[in-house]
Amino acid sequence: MNRLMLIAASILAVPTFSVQGQAADKASTASAGKHVYDHWCAPCHAAGGAHHPGTGALAFKYKGENIPAALEQRTDLTPDVIKTFVRNGVSVMPMFRKTEISDAQLDALAAYLSHQPVKSPATTRKAKRPPA
Amino acid sequence: MRVSPGVSPADMQAALAEFQKIVGAEWVFTDEEDVDLYRDSYSIFWDQPEERIVAAAVCPDSVDQVQAAVKVANRYGIPIYPVSTGKNLGYGGSAPAYAGSVVLDLKRMNRILRVDEDRGFVLVEPGVSYFDLYQHLRETGSRLMVDVPDPGWGSLVGNSLDHGAGYLQPTYRNHFESHCGMEVVLADGTLLRTGMGAMPGADSWQDFKFGVGPWIDGIFSQSNFGVVTKMGFWLMPEPEAHLEANAFAYRFEDLSPMVNALNYLENTGVANGMSFVTSPLYGGSSFVPRDQRVVDHLAGAGHDLSQEELNAFADANKVPYWSMTLKFYGPEDAVRANWNFCKKEFAKRVPGTTFDEGKLWRFPLTPEQHDEVHKPSFGIPSLEMFSRGARSPNNPEGDWGHIWFAPIIPRTGEAIIEANKVISEITARFDRIDSLRRVKFSTPTTYWARSFILLFGFSIKRDPEYDRKTLECLRTLIAECAKHGWGEYRASPVVHDNVAAAYSFNNNALTRFHERLKDAVDPNGIISAGRYGIWPKHLREKKG
Repeated sequence: MNRLMLIAASILAVPTFSVQGQAADKASTASAGKHVYDHWCAPCHAAGGAHHPGTGALAFKYKGENIPAALEQRTDLTPDVIKTFVRNGVSVMPMFRKTEISDAQLDALAAYLSHQPVKSPATTRKAKRPPA
Repeated sequence: MRVSPGVSPADMQAALAEFQKIVGAEWVFTDEEDVDLYRDSYSIFWDQPEERIVAAAVCPDSVDQVQAAVKVANRYGIPIYPVSTGKNLGYGGSAPAYAGSVVLDLKRMNRILRVDEDRGFVLVEPGVSYFDLYQHLRETGSRLMVDVPDPGWGSLVGNSLDHGAGYLQPTYRNHFESHCGMEVVLADGTLLRTGMGAMPGADSWQDFKFGVGPWIDGIFSQSNFGVVTKMGFWLMPEPEAHLEANAFAYRFEDLSPMVNALNYLENTGVANGMSFVTSPLYGGSSFVPRDQRVVDHLAGAGHDLSQEELNAFADANKVPYWSMTLKFYGPEDAVRANWNFCKKEFAKRVPGTTFDEGKLWRFPLTPEQHDEVHKPSFGIPSLEMFSRGARSPNNPEGDWGHIWFAPIIPRTGEAIIEANKVISEITARFDRIDSLRRVKFSTPTTYWARSFILLFGFSIKRDPEYDRKTLECLRTLIAECAKHGWGEYRASPVVHDNVAAAYSFNNNALTRFHERLKDAVDPNGIISAGRYGIWPKHLREKKG
């Protein structure tokens, strides 16, 4: 397919990441959670602190402790902790609204980063403010 | 249920029920925990009585829904505050200028409606972020670049409407000037298209800005005269090469001729990228770090030095006072030739200038180069700028955000020196410093082709006493700089009244004209009350 045809095909396309909320329900939890992570979290929290400010900040915070700075490498995160930070923000990381990450997408993200199966939104919806 | 000011609980309830019918119940947020997601994470009034809290949020998915929702708001007199992606952090985020407004959250309107590779434009909805567009263009094999601001999660529409900027050629990096055509929902629900969009059947909406008659696009930026639902943008085709190179000058008094040379080289199109003025002595930048000899000397001294002491060190050690980073986009032969011309011009105007040979990249970049480069200079969105303010050895506790002070000054060396003198005296009085660069002397930001911005970011600590003092400092800076003719190009809503008041020629004739426009196009005053100091009639009267 030449470039002109590719561009013609793109007209009226929506971004590949849709925020409609249903996607996470339909896709498998793991891939939906990874999808949310890649779009919303990775720019700050992927491996490599020099280019990812969240990773850089956590590397400084956990210096001397045996805790990885990159979120995908963590094994100690619970779904509640992830939801708390997403819905409250911390330091220069803002909170995220439901038009950005829906409750269903947040469940999928929390399951992905905590390596746990997805939980019902009703059990984890109330997020508390994180420590500074 | 929170109730907007000036609205009865019964009318609020009725309006919310109608909003639910329009956008669906799941997309009207009234629970406290949902509505509070629209607080400004970087608020200088966090948890204080003055914080601009939202009453509810309505999230349409289409222009039809926006029109219907605006009509309902107009009928009930509900104050609404449209946001695109709500990521204007440091300038207010998604929180309104008028507390108790209902946010009209346009993030779900995230469609890339048109990409024209050969004519080099896109047409997008407000919810499309720079990340979204970049990903879409790369996945579809486009060779168009996106001119991105530092935070890649921002909206093309929202950033442009608040006069945001990027890093490519001047035509593109001024994001409002790079737009071509907009669609607007007016306060009575009328749908308006500007420029060639006003002509049914015209295929040149994104080619020609003006159509015929007055060009009104400007009144929908930094204002409250309508809800923008589509905008076209011109995009830069990927050139063959990009060259970045530096010139260094060794005397304090060299700044003025260096800036004049820079102006000449940019205004003739020889240097066609975004240049950077840096001081390797006083601060450094992303392109030219602070001279290592200065860093070592300061570490050895164990305390900061005065400007006079730094000058003496520079003179004794041949440390450059100033550097100019020039950037070029185009064919490889041409960018090299243009840099050679620039070197001659600097050498002629500023004897003793030295140069490096710079770095040249050919497009497309390799994956390894992606990680090496200053991403916005290559149209690559990222969030790297948020490392400033995050926890680090220099800032162990981290900040809770920042608020910007961004006055426009003339493009002269004298203005840089004079503005720094005035601003540093005020910031010292309040014990504040540009928290992002952590230097006392600020070199200008060069987003605009014909002016400088002296950009200062002040830390938000969520410590009421600290933050109040910062706000006092900010308001003093606005007032004092206005006496010198230096006015903000953009600001947080907490100081919109202060900033607008500084543009006071002829008894505030400009503000009074804005108010007459406001009364004409939004007589019930429902849209973004107070934004950039423009208040609707009923609230002006209340303010006295």
